[in-house]
Amino acid sequence: MLTTEQAWDVLARVADPEIPVISVTELGIVREVRAQGPAVEVVVTPTYSGCPATEAIGRSIAAALREAGAADVRIETRLAPPWSTDWIAPQAKEKLRRFGIAPPGAAAAAVAAQTIGFVPRVDCPLCGSGNTERLSAFGATACKALYRCRDCREPFEHFKPL
Amino acid sequence: MSTVTATSASAAQLDYVLRIGDSALILGQRLSEWCGHGPVIEEDIALTNTALDLIGQARLLLTHAATLEGKGRDEDALAFLRAEHAYRNLTICELPNGDFGRTVLRNLLFAAWQMQLWPALAGSTDAQLAAIAGKSVKESRYHLQHAADWTVRLGDGTEVSHARMQRALDDLWPYTAEFFAATATDEQAQAAGIGPALSSLAAGWEQAVLPVLERATLKVPARTPFLSHGKEGRHSEHMGHLLAEMQYLQRAFPGAKW
Repeated sequence: MLTTEQAWDVLARVADPEIPVISVTELGIVREVRAQGPAVEVVVTPTYSGCPATEAIGRSIAAALREAGAADVRIETRLAPPWSTDWIAPQAKEKLRRFGIAPPGAAAAAVAAQTIGFVPRVDCPLCGSGNTERLSAFGATACKALYRCRDCREPFEHFKPL
Repeated sequence: MSTVTATSASAAQLDYVLRIGDSALILGQRLSEWCGHGPVIEEDIALTNTALDLIGQARLLLTHAATLEGKGRDEDALAFLRAEHAYRNLTICELPNGDFGRTVLRNLLFAAWQMQLWPALAGSTDAQLAAIAGKSVKESRYHLQHAADWTVRLGDGTEVSHARMQRALDDLWPYTAEFFAATATDEQAQAAGIGPALSSLAAGWEQAVLPVLERATLKVPARTPFLSHGKEGRHSEHMGHLLAEMQYLQRAFPGAKW
């Protein structure tokens, strides 16, 4: 049996399958945890509609809670309000940077952006230079874009504001 | 009498959700054809990521449609086991990709329409549809930016790329009339507070699309009486071929999973 607080602690150690340096709670997708007796209910908000990691995340959450002693784990998907990169914890953004992924800026900037020729300024997570260029609006996953640093010449990924 | 009204109202709601879901599904299928065929790897990835978003939207919408229908079917049964006339996608979504320029131009026209539709669904009396719309608008915004960038680059590019883009625009433009042409289903959905008056989306769509086409030095074709009817289940000759590919696995190996 787990208390709600213990269940949160367990989830804080469940890593995102794509970006293993941050946990699902730091990613901001766990909206609610309710522990009652042997049952734990977790409310999860998906990041992107088509993100293939969503199902893997659900499985890892259930497995971790069961291992910690929850007999009955239920995962509920909640769409509204939609997930935003603003919900990523500040310390997790720093972890992203150290992992080599330029963290997202404020989501409001993406909403206000003009349709044509919008390329947000992103600092290189490796050398810190602002002299970077976007190679592609999409990266290895839907949530990222591909950039290159013109100073240290290294390619890197940028977690897009959403 | 009241029973009949209730039945037809819920049938209209189901039909309405299918139209939005099938449009995302079928364009997602078309874009996934680019997987491994993009002109450069970055654009291969961009188009397939867009496909992934659209198929994700389709999964949510078809799951919702299956619930509304209440006949025990799920998203997969709706996606893979319907006959051609039961699909309710806009015809523009099923047209062949053509070259890369034509593909991104269609993405521009479609994403700009989605960008009008999603906010208009935010206050829908169908709470699940509103939630899906609130999530999808964030994704469609990136699709629109990507498509607009390439439309300008290729339209205002070389003589050859400009000519190809103009030809693509001339071909695709007539199909955009279907975005704004209301049928009985659209009118019933509007009356029930589920969706907006489709004609009210036209001005915002033009405000998004026309400046891009102008920057791309493309000439906007005149409107003609042509109207496609994919959302009523009357499809182009391309739809059967698309479904033959998309449904192959489930037809050959019913119930196959991995």
